[in-house]
Amino acid sequence: MTNICLLMTSVGLMVASGLIALLVSRWPRVASAMGCVGTVIGCGLGLVPSVRVLLGQPAEVLRLAWSMPLGDCVFVLDALASLFLVAIYSLCGLAAIYGAEYLQSYRQRRSLGPPWFFFNLLVGSMVVVVTAQNAVLFLIAWEIMSLASFFLVTFEHEDEGAWRAGWTYLVAAHLGTAFLLAMFILLGRASGSMDFASFGSMSQPVAHASLILVLAVVGFGTKAGFMPLHVWLPEAHPAAPSHVSAVMSGVMIKTGIYGLLRTLTFLGPPPAWWGLLLIGIGLVSGVLGVLFALAQHDLKRLLAYHSVENIGIIALGLGTGLLGLSLQSTPMAVLGFGGGLLHVLNHACFKGLLFLGAGAVLHGTGSRELDRMGGLLKRLPWTGWTFLVGAVAICGLPPLNGFVSELLIYLGALKGVRWATGSHLPLVVGVVVGLALIGGLASACFTKAFGAVFLGEPRSAQAAGSHECGGLMRLAMLVLAAGCAAIGLLGPFVIVAMAPAITVVAGMPSESIRATMAGPREILSAVVAASIVLLVLTGGLMVFRRWLLAGRDVSSTVTWDCGYARPTARMQYTASSFAQPLTWFFRVFLQTHTKLAPPVDFFPASASLVTHTDDVCREKFYRPMFRSVGWLLSRLRWLQHGRVQIYVLYIALTLLALLLWKLE
Amino acid sequence: MRFIGLCQPVLALMLAPLLRGVINKVKALFAGRCGPSVFQPYRDLAKLLGKGAVYSGTTTLVFRLAPLVGLSAVVVALALLPIGSVQAMLAFPGDIILFAYVLGLMRFFTVLGALDTGSSFEGMGASREVQFSALVEPVLMLSMATLARHSGSISFSGIYSSITFGVWMQAGPTLAMVSAALLVVCLAENSRIPVDDPNTHLELTMIHEVMVLDYSGPDLAFILYAAALKLWVFGALLVGLCMPLRTGWAMMDIAAFLVGMLLLAIVIGVIESMMARLRLLRVPQMLVGAGAIAIIALVLVLR
Repeated sequence: MTNICLLMTSVGLMVASGLIALLVSRWPRVASAMGCVGTVIGCGLGLVPSVRVLLGQPAEVLRLAWSMPLGDCVFVLDALASLFLVAIYSLCGLAAIYGAEYLQSYRQRRSLGPPWFFFNLLVGSMVVVVTAQNAVLFLIAWEIMSLASFFLVTFEHEDEGAWRAGWTYLVAAHLGTAFLLAMFILLGRASGSMDFASFGSMSQPVAHASLILVLAVVGFGTKAGFMPLHVWLPEAHPAAPSHVSAVMSGVMIKTGIYGLLRTLTFLGPPPAWWGLLLIGIGLVSGVLGVLFALAQHDLKRLLAYHSVENIGIIALGLGTGLLGLSLQSTPMAVLGFGGGLLHVLNHACFKGLLFLGAGAVLHGTGSRELDRMGGLLKRLPWTGWTFLVGAVAICGLPPLNGFVSELLIYLGALKGVRWATGSHLPLVVGVVVGLALIGGLASACFTKAFGAVFLGEPRSAQAAGSHECGGLMRLAMLVLAAGCAAIGLLGPFVIVAMAPAITVVAGMPSESIRATMAGPREILSAVVAASIVLLVLTGGLMVFRRWLLAGRDVSSTVTWDCGYARPTARMQYTASSFAQPLTWFFRVFLQTHTKLAPPVDFFPASASLVTHTDDVCREKFYRPMFRSVGWLLSRLRWLQHGRVQIYVLYIALTLLALLLWKLE
Repeated sequence: MRFIGLCQPVLALMLAPLLRGVINKVKALFAGRCGPSVFQPYRDLAKLLGKGAVYSGTTTLVFRLAPLVGLSAVVVALALLPIGSVQAMLAFPGDIILFAYVLGLMRFFTVLGALDTGSSFEGMGASREVQFSALVEPVLMLSMATLARHSGSISFSGIYSSITFGVWMQAGPTLAMVSAALLVVCLAENSRIPVDDPNTHLELTMIHEVMVLDYSGPDLAFILYAAALKLWVFGALLVGLCMPLRTGWAMMDIAAFLVGMLLLAIVIGVIESMMARLRLLRVPQMLVGAGAIAIIALVLVLR
């Protein structure tokens, strides 16, 4: 019982400290300290039981005597929940430390109580979402999570862009919840209760289970950011304060993945097409996500599209796992689910780090425009080097953590390539080729981002005059960077911790999972050996070069530009030009708008080139759809007069109609 | 860890620059020149290692780190490669992936090193490099997936020890198509004609050479050496496939492999002498074409 009690204490503590922060908003420093310290202590408290359960302590159930509609108020701390809790608590604790310093710059203009209140509420609601075992309780927490993050997205509410982003998010979140409502009602009708335990114990025909799955994919996919449902992400993440973006992108969208996995545990043995569906979604999200990221000029928007990409990679892993389950190939299932789940943790780590880094850049320069940056590595060394660690990790390159989870997914898919037959094969090969393409494009995108922001010469006065962030922000980034390295180098131990969570999802006995994991463990040990060799060789070469250059002439000069002696910062290659060959190659998908005012005459006074890549789904699908819905609804406007009497009449008529319907 | 597996890295570390020497010799002979000695690349390396260094004032530690990471990464890739049926030093299921990704790490840092100089030429080269490599990576993976499906193994050592004359007789078209795809991968990854011309000195048209314009002294030596090793690495992938002599005697296999590498260097030299560089806009089409060939090979395996 102690574990789950600790968990509930942490939630209580965070919500209470948030409330206090709201009450003392008048004193920004106190409010900030209250909110931050409450979250940090709460996260520390909550991390203990989560890690304990993840390392093998039995799951715990807490049944409160409160009456809930159609079921009990039950919380469960099992391995699946604790995996997500570890990510939530670690990242949110660090984000709070970071936020304490980050929000200080808003102190003059804005009250700091509300953002801390909503932040703490967001963290608390996420914990409840992953532990709730009753549909009503789950939906309440889900809704609080959406609303709290809405208020955080619209933190800078005098900015029209932030408002629009907030509304997009609110609408998307509620459309997603509508699908979840339908799903839970179907499940509840079939099982007679709203408790998750009863969902899991009933048997249902495959057609019904498939309908549930589709509803879950749409409902949870909206939160997670599966490709056609992702439109809110690139709007909301840039608008929110950076530590909130880190939390939203690092862990909040993962609650969608959690929901999907939890739903899978209700549905019994999966038919093969569920796996193929997830693989298809993963491929679309992964490839298109990274392509849209490449075309962005705004650092935080770029990172937001990378969240879509990484959710795609997670979906590829889960799809491979599901396909393995339906083909009854234990290694494929374990590798697929293991890789997908580990990528959840890894993405929280490096995407959190990258968003915090982007926040430090914004804090130091006041801009998010890639083409106005440059040379920040010299001015913001802590931010720059930790951002580099995050960039290497997100590209899935060894020796960091991204490689470990991608390797597991690759291995699962390659197992599939060897054993799968017939119609499954194209998609399994698609996983391998897709991951390779995503990897290559991600490298292109992060060399662009890191190169444009941190390398070269500053392209604007803001970049030239930028300043490094303070100790708290550095601390959060350093810890996350260390986490990326640690998971990368401790891969063989980390995947063992995934075993209990895979047991929950796949419904396989943990002994067989552990036995299957022996192979991947050996592989990861070999990878770690190779990584260590890589690091040692690099170090050795560094010493060797120092020895070679000792006593020789080492001089500094300007960059070689074919003899041109006075290069200026404006002559540098920009981020947009860097990405142009790839965005042009994939122009069918991206549909970038170009506005060109070419130089005219012999002595052109000015010339300009503006490129802009809108979200194709938003422009081509959602905008026309919402416009026609709006048009249809405007036809009903005659019902609306603004006269209260007539509205009372409507109510009376409705009641009468219901009464007549009931009487029959 | 198998000591016989040390053969591949040791031979590569000793002989890789020779490959460049042979290619240049072949090109010179084709052009009717006498050409530099095949040992010229060694002399270049020795000379560069003995020099001081000049760094651009714009650059940071990233620029100085890039050649070191690149060289270490390619050495790790070497440790994963078998020679014929001689197992690699580090062989495990899925080493194909580690191979592709350590080379990815090498590219990542080379590109960052180029961007660190703030030069528009180097940015241009870097931009082309990431474009082409993003398209090459799937082709490599497709080829490897085809071989994995065919041999039933997902490790280089397993794949390559299963390829024999008998297999060529039986599945010749598949292996030939995979070889063609791998040849394109090899030429593109190593910036050879028809993708890039390693000898041109017009920065606007180059890819790899332009990215390393600002390096000098020992750093340039590391880069040239790493490039030679990278050519060896991709050459070994191709030769292992096209030289299906698996006697079971390590010495024979290794000798056959070395003959194969020599032949490959000659083939590359002939290709470079007979072809012009493609227009940059045509290169992606060639890479996608190689991908299509690899897909057909895969379909043939699945048949």
